[in-house]
Amino acid sequence: MNFPAKTKRDFKVVGTRVARPDGVDKVTGRALYGADFSVPGMLVGRILRSPHAHARIRNIDASRAEALAGVKAVVTAADFGVPEDAALRDIQDNCMAREKALYHGHAVAAVAAKDAETAKAALKLIEVDYEVLPHVTDVDAAMAADAPVVQEGRADETVPEGSGPNVTMYTEFGHGDLEAGFAKADLVLERSFKTEATHQGYIEPHACLATLTGGRGELWCTTQGQYLVRELCAGILGMEASQLRVTASEIGGGFGGKTTVFIEPVALALSRKSGRPVKIVMTRSEIFCATGPTISSSMDVKIGITRDGRITAGEATLRYQGGAFPCETVSMGAQAAFAAYDLEAVRTYGWNALTNRPKEAAYRAPGAPVSIYAVESVVDELCQEFGLDPLEIRLRNAARDGTKASYGPTFDQIGLVATLEAAKAHPHYTAPLGENQGRGLSCGFWFNFGGNTCVSLNLNNDGTVGITEGNPDIGGSRASISMMAAEELGIPYDKVRTVITDTNSLGHNDVTDGSRVTFAVGLATIEAARAAIKVMCARVAKIWGIDEEAVVWEDGHAKPSGPNAGDFDPMSIEEIAAIASETGGPIAGHHEVNAEGAGVSFGVHLADVEVDPETGATKVVRYTVFQDAGKAVHPDYVEGQMQGGSVQGIGWALNEEYIYDEDGRLQNAGFLDYRIPVASDLPMIEPVILEIPNPGHPYGVRGVGETSIVPPLAALSNAVSRAAGIRLHELPMSPPKILKAMMSKG
Amino acid sequence: MQYLKPQSIEEAADILSRNAGKARILAGGTDLLVQLKSGMIEPEMIVDIKHLDGMHDITEEDGGYRVGAAVPGIKLGQHAGVKALWPGVVEACELIGSTQIQGRCTMVGNLCNGGPAADSVPAMVAADATVRIAGPNGARDCAVFDVPTGPGKISLEPGEFVTSVFLPARPARASDAYLRFIPRTEMDIAVASAGVSLELGEDGTITAARVTLGAVGPKVMLVENAARAIIGTTLDDDAAEALAAACRDAASPIDDKRGTVEFRTQVAGVLAKRAARIAMTRAGEK
Amino acid sequence: MKNIHVSTTVNGDELEFVCAPGETLLDSLRDRLGLKGAKEGCGTGDCGACTVEMNGEIVCSCLVLGAEAEGADLRTVEGMATGDKLHALQRIFIDEAALQCGICTPGILVAAQTLLERNPDPSESEIRYWLAGNLCRCTGYDKIVRAVQSAAAEMRGA
Repeated sequence: MNFPAKTKRDFKVVGTRVARPDGVDKVTGRALYGADFSVPGMLVGRILRSPHAHARIRNIDASRAEALAGVKAVVTAADFGVPEDAALRDIQDNCMAREKALYHGHAVAAVAAKDAETAKAALKLIEVDYEVLPHVTDVDAAMAADAPVVQEGRADETVPEGSGPNVTMYTEFGHGDLEAGFAKADLVLERSFKTEATHQGYIEPHACLATLTGGRGELWCTTQGQYLVRELCAGILGMEASQLRVTASEIGGGFGGKTTVFIEPVALALSRKSGRPVKIVMTRSEIFCATGPTISSSMDVKIGITRDGRITAGEATLRYQGGAFPCETVSMGAQAAFAAYDLEAVRTYGWNALTNRPKEAAYRAPGAPVSIYAVESVVDELCQEFGLDPLEIRLRNAARDGTKASYGPTFDQIGLVATLEAAKAHPHYTAPLGENQGRGLSCGFWFNFGGNTCVSLNLNNDGTVGITEGNPDIGGSRASISMMAAEELGIPYDKVRTVITDTNSLGHNDVTDGSRVTFAVGLATIEAARAAIKVMCARVAKIWGIDEEAVVWEDGHAKPSGPNAGDFDPMSIEEIAAIASETGGPIAGHHEVNAEGAGVSFGVHLADVEVDPETGATKVVRYTVFQDAGKAVHPDYVEGQMQGGSVQGIGWALNEEYIYDEDGRLQNAGFLDYRIPVASDLPMIEPVILEIPNPGHPYGVRGVGETSIVPPLAALSNAVSRAAGIRLHELPMSPPKILKAMMSKG
Repeated sequence: MQYLKPQSIEEAADILSRNAGKARILAGGTDLLVQLKSGMIEPEMIVDIKHLDGMHDITEEDGGYRVGAAVPGIKLGQHAGVKALWPGVVEACELIGSTQIQGRCTMVGNLCNGGPAADSVPAMVAADATVRIAGPNGARDCAVFDVPTGPGKISLEPGEFVTSVFLPARPARASDAYLRFIPRTEMDIAVASAGVSLELGEDGTITAARVTLGAVGPKVMLVENAARAIIGTTLDDDAAEALAAACRDAASPIDDKRGTVEFRTQVAGVLAKRAARIAMTRAGEK
Repeated sequence: MKNIHVSTTVNGDELEFVCAPGETLLDSLRDRLGLKGAKEGCGTGDCGACTVEMNGEIVCSCLVLGAEAEGADLRTVEGMATGDKLHALQRIFIDEAALQCGICTPGILVAAQTLLERNPDPSESEIRYWLAGNLCRCTGYDKIVRAVQSAAAEMRGA
């Protein structure tokens, strides 16, 4: 049977709100997350971390710790090799400091002991001789020529001569004649912005259980990608991939922060040294000090506009720091900054600098939220200057099908205009506001990714279907994958069961990131189903004694393609499965692909806030999210992504930040003072799903996971500026900053 | 480390005095366990007192209420009598932590932890509350105001521990209120806070007042100038502004991760003014 | 360090365990009794993932000593379903997609159960403040609050 490239179809399963298959385990407490798995004879691993922001490690004396009863192994950087590959070396050095501790909380040694108390006691007995060095945590300070040098010689070939010693990369995007563009403008605004680093804030700590004896390893861990964990750990431990099997636990949130390794190589090294299984679970303060924050930034944005609202040119300079190791996130920020606009002249420049902070990890649309915040703030200020409607101005200048994007490609089918139109038509946009309230809006954008994917689909003897895939289910993907398989096979959703497998059971799968899973795993699942359908049609053709091409698949049945094919009763998938052994053996389908055509996603957010004029406290009173999902496979979980991302963005805008003291020590390494939004901070977050099909996916699916964190930053800043009559150019907009601005305005 | 459950107040005092500096009292444990696990403290023994007689009781006494040291926030909030007499103290205690923390945390623990930003303390000081302290030499009473001496420090002698708080009786037309500022709506430590207790005369003017501030100095502040600014007034705008100004003058906060000097000073005045208005309304409704 | 023998009731069953003097109730439940539904998200009472009910009040089990469970009546997420029959909250959390990653879910379910037993018809604001100590980073709370409202309505009708 042949499958049309694009089918305008009436979906039966896709688009419904079915119960997720892992739901019962997760509401009864049975689901096993990273810290929930144990084995007999297991040791407890603990990590000693640098109290200094920057220090040379002169010597580590672990002899007293090793002598403590119950201590089975101590490891330091000396227990690891030095990988040739720079990126792998950075990841290893981030897991265990070599020569220098590069940030407060950087791991310097680790212990495995019979229990947690002994391990904790052993850490105190490890003597580290530090030579404290000058440090730098601020991005602008780090860019300076005379800044303390975090690491020598890390500038790549893009860095112009004469740049500061911490600059590691420079990048540039854009097209058109900026000078001519600005000359056409009636008003050109140039503003500078600063944003602090935020943390993904997943509630589940990093946790792993490692066994590495006789050269063979088993690793259980919470991760967004077991294959990447295997690749990194095997590289760091000097093993072949086949000798290390990695099983992903249920994952308690990641948001990009679990797309690398922190404790896994350390646990493996401790296990190798002790000959025993070793479990490491990070504490919350370790998580804040030594895992995943975002970049912090300093940015200049210049935009010109005509009196009637046409943007004539846009320019942005982004300076990001991503911690103590080279980081290319600024490249994504620079590409995304003006993505929502159709501009004749646009240019973005990006710089990255090293600082004495933890190594940046991906966080939902990495790099994009802050650059788009800066652009969307300036656009809003221009609207205020000329009294223009901010939604009309976005519509007037919106990127659309055929627009040459500021970062190079020409957009195919995109949903920005439809999303803006939906916002304009929504009652929220014209609803009256109360005293001290203001409304802000912002566009958002994310590229979305596809990537390497393997899916295996097996037909069981009773006609039900098992799917094996390799991407951890971070928010309902087992359901959406099962749904797409059921849709394609024409069978009920509950006949399909999807499991996520270990690294030995499927070929390589890229990490669950880039909003890729519903798109790419979905695509591979549909193709795997089609492969199975082809087999089933062939088997039926054989039974009926007709040509394979004369058998079609409809609603879970093989049927003759038409009257000419012959007169046969349709055969159901159950019937075909039942006699598979007589028609050629087990029936399966699989698909392996490096998926392309992910299809970008745009969103528009409307936010109403109320600012207390006496305290500067900001309350979000109404919030609506409009986003293009291509095709919403499971609308509940699409809405969930839109709502969850929005609230993370709200946190970023209002209260979340990394606070360092003058010694470069993190001051708020806990949920008490790293203030993620709580339930009582928020209104309902109304999601409005748009469906502008992505031509790159059989069902039109686009990734939806990341775009939603982008718009809240500017939407809230724009809303605050209208509510309080002041404009901040800095995030977070914590109450002291807002009150100060209001008081100085008088 | 040992976990001890003494059978009497005397035994507890004895353990504490024989192990000065090495033993810590456990009631609600919501501060103690955090400190234990972070390694901030490393006591040799934990002395659990919450099962001792009276620790869980709220009893009427001389027209006021005595609240046992182990009464958690949620139980105080469910007590109609205390709520009617000292609504500001109750609302302050109910602001400590989440619902889960409310199931455990106590006013006494909040006080004895010595935190300058403790929510219940400004309210208790505004209420002119006293604590009863057990110790090797028997019981003594002490004004709540005199218990904290600085960040993390309290005036109790070795072997002493607080067994109850006493919230005194008050005239008919009197009430109190407590407000704090936090960046979120829940789960934060106060950036600035204010407690106001006041009494109204027959004509509706304020005849007595106590105004307190939290988180704007090394310990709770009793701002007498702020009280003076509203006594004899009906809390008209000028009086309220004078009260706020007196609070701003008195505040001597620090810059830290939770707020700036400038912000804390300004907001302390705002909160005192708002709390005074609430207390005024409550008193007037009686 | 001498371990302490504790007799307690968990989800209606009388159980015994031994624990170290400084061990948290959370660790006792997870490591001594094998009840892994309560999670440690922070260890400082700030996230609520370890929420259990103790003598009728919800607590952060990371801020209670195992030794304090002597004679206590504990309820955990493992006790919510009756056999194969989920509690209304559990069922509706699945039906209305009130969980994404699910790590906060056990704590939220326990907290919500106590709320609804005490207040069968809570307002949105009451639900939000009651659950303010249960951090969820995935959902933005919207579907959680709605699911608690739906469960409350169903339980009132039942």
